[in-house]
Amino acid sequence: MLIKLTGGRVYDPANGVDGEIRDIYVRDGKIVSPPEDGRVDQEYGLHGRIVMAGAIDPHTHIGGGKMTIGRLMLPEDHRGDPVCHTHLTRGGCGHAVPSTLTAGYRYAEMGYTACFEPAMLPANARQAHMEMADTPMVDKGAFAMLGSDDFFLRQLAAKDDIEAIKDYVAWTIHASQAIAVKVVNPGGISAFKFNQRELDLDEQHVHYGITPRDVLLTLSRSLKELGVAHPLHVHGCNLGVPGNVETTERTIAGMEGLPVHLTHIQFHSYGTEGDLKFSSGGARIAEMVNKHKNISIDVGQVLFGQTCTASGDSMRQYGNTKSANPKKWVVMDIECDAGCGVVPMKYRDKSFVNALQWAIGLELFLLIDDPWRIFLTTDHPNGAPFTCYPHLIRLLMDKGFRNDMMQKIHPDAAAASILGTLDREYTLYEIAIMTRAGPAKSLGLRDRGHLGVGAHADITVYDDNPDREAMFGTPVFVFKNGEVIVRGGKIVKVVHGDTHVARPDFDPSIEKSLRDYFSRYHTMSFDNFKLSDAEIEDGGRGGVIIQPTAARSTS
Amino acid sequence: MSAMGENADASTFENVVCPFCGLLCDDLEVERQGTDLKIRKNGCHRAVVGFERALPASKPQIAGKDVSLDEAMTAVAQMINKASLPMYGGLSTDVGGMRAALSLADRSSGVVDHAFSGAAKHNMAVLQQAGWITSTLTETRNRADLIVIAGSDIHKLHHRFFERIVCPEETMFQDGAIKRTVVFIGDGLDQSGAKGACIDEVITLPCPLEQADEVLAALLARMRGKPIASQDVAGVAVSDIEDLAKRLHEASYSVLVWAVGELKVPEPELFVHTLCETVKLLNRTTRSAGLSMGGGEGAITANSVCGWQSGYPLPVSYASGAPKYDPEFNSIDYKIASGEGDLLVWLASFTTDLEPPETSLPTIVLGTPGIKLKRQPEVFIPVGTPGIDHAGQLIRNDSVVSLPLRALLAPRHPSAAEVLSAIEAKL
Ligand SMILES: [Zn+2]
Repeated sequence: MLIKLTGGRVYDPANGVDGEIRDIYVRDGKIVSPPEDGRVDQEYGLHGRIVMAGAIDPHTHIGGGKMTIGRLMLPEDHRGDPVCHTHLTRGGCGHAVPSTLTAGYRYAEMGYTACFEPAMLPANARQAHMEMADTPMVDKGAFAMLGSDDFFLRQLAAKDDIEAIKDYVAWTIHASQAIAVKVVNPGGISAFKFNQRELDLDEQHVHYGITPRDVLLTLSRSLKELGVAHPLHVHGCNLGVPGNVETTERTIAGMEGLPVHLTHIQFHSYGTEGDLKFSSGGARIAEMVNKHKNISIDVGQVLFGQTCTASGDSMRQYGNTKSANPKKWVVMDIECDAGCGVVPMKYRDKSFVNALQWAIGLELFLLIDDPWRIFLTTDHPNGAPFTCYPHLIRLLMDKGFRNDMMQKIHPDAAAASILGTLDREYTLYEIAIMTRAGPAKSLGLRDRGHLGVGAHADITVYDDNPDREAMFGTPVFVFKNGEVIVRGGKIVKVVHGDTHVARPDFDPSIEKSLRDYFSRYHTMSFDNFKLSDAEIEDGGRGGVIIQPTAARSTS
Repeated sequence: MSAMGENADASTFENVVCPFCGLLCDDLEVERQGTDLKIRKNGCHRAVVGFERALPASKPQIAGKDVSLDEAMTAVAQMINKASLPMYGGLSTDVGGMRAALSLADRSSGVVDHAFSGAAKHNMAVLQQAGWITSTLTETRNRADLIVIAGSDIHKLHHRFFERIVCPEETMFQDGAIKRTVVFIGDGLDQSGAKGACIDEVITLPCPLEQADEVLAALLARMRGKPIASQDVAGVAVSDIEDLAKRLHEASYSVLVWAVGELKVPEPELFVHTLCETVKLLNRTTRSAGLSMGGGEGAITANSVCGWQSGYPLPVSYASGAPKYDPEFNSIDYKIASGEGDLLVWLASFTTDLEPPETSLPTIVLGTPGIKLKRQPEVFIPVGTPGIDHAGQLIRNDSVVSLPLRALLAPRHPSAAEVLSAIEAKL
């Protein structure tokens, strides 16, 4: 069946298309060339409407043990947003830590067709994938967390050959069915288990003697040389600590030109000026990012209201428990592998600190000039639930709206930020880069995030509503694999997305050391640790898609 | 010999996961001879009972009469259609079975509740009121220098907990094995597992198990610097309690272990809360963590899957169309007593001991053949055991690690997931 999407205004930055009126043809779930015989089976007239690829969230905590801890911990939050079943969809709950089912529906209803869980603990990978399998509508993928796991730290401390470390990194990507690797508080989650309460970039881990800088350089080099498309995804040292702007600057400068993605950088852009010893480092970080082309970032924008922070960073989350609201929290040490911390948080516009966090995030958005290296995130649910994205897009596209919002925040925070002096308004083309083309390119999704011939027909159509919040909140149509799944912002068909993975090469002899390590220390056997394709594919909740990696190299 | 094991001629399976308690040991070696299984390595007696049992031949039945599976499922679908509040209980199953049970409960606006959630709700209450700091099995195994077994008989519950977690031959952060102290709070707890090279000292605070909460409360009070008026608490000298406080402060990484379903104290929730607050207090200066054990009959799996799919722990009611959580009023016990529930669907696919509650309400049992029943249910459908008859996944009792289950035998009965999904399709 050939479908024609006629006359829409198309924003397809991957192919350089900036708001041109174009027809798009779809057959068998893919975008195709116009048919030679001109025969069309179904046509959607999209005159006056905006057409983009389906949106891609490159950093959203949708699946895995810590999210389920957050869910179980916060019944009061769910009760404010009950979701009834319909003849198509299942019941669930929404708001800060939605049920998996509701998360999938709501992402699709906002025009998103792919979501990436950034903090999958290899020890918890099976559950993370089961939760993602229960997140319908969207494609998924996950980043394996490394850098505080004892196998890697032992390799690093023993000064193992970099090729063996690369083998282990690649093996982990296979075993946990990941597409990329994230490091969280490099070495710090492990250091916390040894009762270290902070670990700055060049501070030594008490047991292993290594530093976060060693971890970052080794892992980023490993991924580059393994040919993994997405660079090392870095949640840096000292998250949320006033003064961490210095650490972040040193981190960027210290990467020796290696490609690195710094995630939720807003939480790492804090200075210590002013009476409250809390100030914006937004301009400094933006300048560093603009200068260093090897760096990409996502913001982790804070928006006001109740949410729940959930992170692998047990060390820093333990530090944040004093701000828990409501006053309850969970911190875990996990399997000689990683950790986690789940701390509910209520960001208030009348709080100086929270208001300045909000302003810092927006400063970063507006001061970083290359939209290909900055992705739109709230680090769901850490800065705000993902359902706030349309509001955030309006803040970026509408200076008048932004200034109105700034009137409502703590006046000292507004005064302490340069936000009011920033006139930039994002264009639709730039939004399409930040929410589609950029993440797809960074993650190495060859046929997602664009509308060229051969691309997967994941397509979102909006009304050109000058209220950009309304526009991005209720797409007219969302197509997944060429099928309409959302119409007028409501689900009309339930589908299951696929799971994107990477498969970099490794020397299988690494399995010998791993087998020995598992049998000596672990409570799970080496063979059972590995997650098979069949476990993801069985049950009809979507397939596994292997995205390409470049050839392995050495330096 | 095959590590994968599923092919028909393989006769020995390695790294088999035992689904018969929450510890999910995954190092069993199981041999198949025809349709019999024999544990060759690493099974505790609970595993032997589970894997080596000879189950009676069993067919689906309506009112005690053999029928086809399809007839039985059609009858169940009709009963669910007629019910105003179907109750899906037991829920002793794997991830797939739980997914299917939730889907059916959502579709039929019923209630879901696990057989053990009456105990688990105390943990959930502490999580929802204060939270906690916890550890996992591998972390505890390698790191803990002080392990406190608090008020519950962990050795009786998990026969290999001490062997695998407390007394390993080798741990990661020292040459050979760590030297650790094990403290038992409670008289009569089985201490026979605490032996071997890594056990430095075994200490007992021998209070009656019913009063373990008093000892724990005194411990926390002393750690907070509050005086204790008497010389002893529940038969334990205050000086011994103070000694434990000192050891906890001096330990690098203490782990306080409890199993909520095994506690004998009058207020389990308060006990768990006190334990978790003790851990939190210790973490101001050193490292300490709780470790919640138990979780047999798929209890952790059921609660986790319900948690991610609905947002809430068990029990959950879908009666209004959206999931609602209420640990008292949505429990099946309450729904039976109050007369609100009018149909019981009981799912028990691991042991044969998980009996449905006594009720005169129409009852459907999806169970292991030979399951103990006080009366004949209206409909009985035999289901396979996850990890023996069919593949699947279970979540371990530290709520972090999940393990793959394999089919060791040609399936004798369909999986609970298959039966529940087929019933839903007939609604
Ligand atoms: Zn994050």
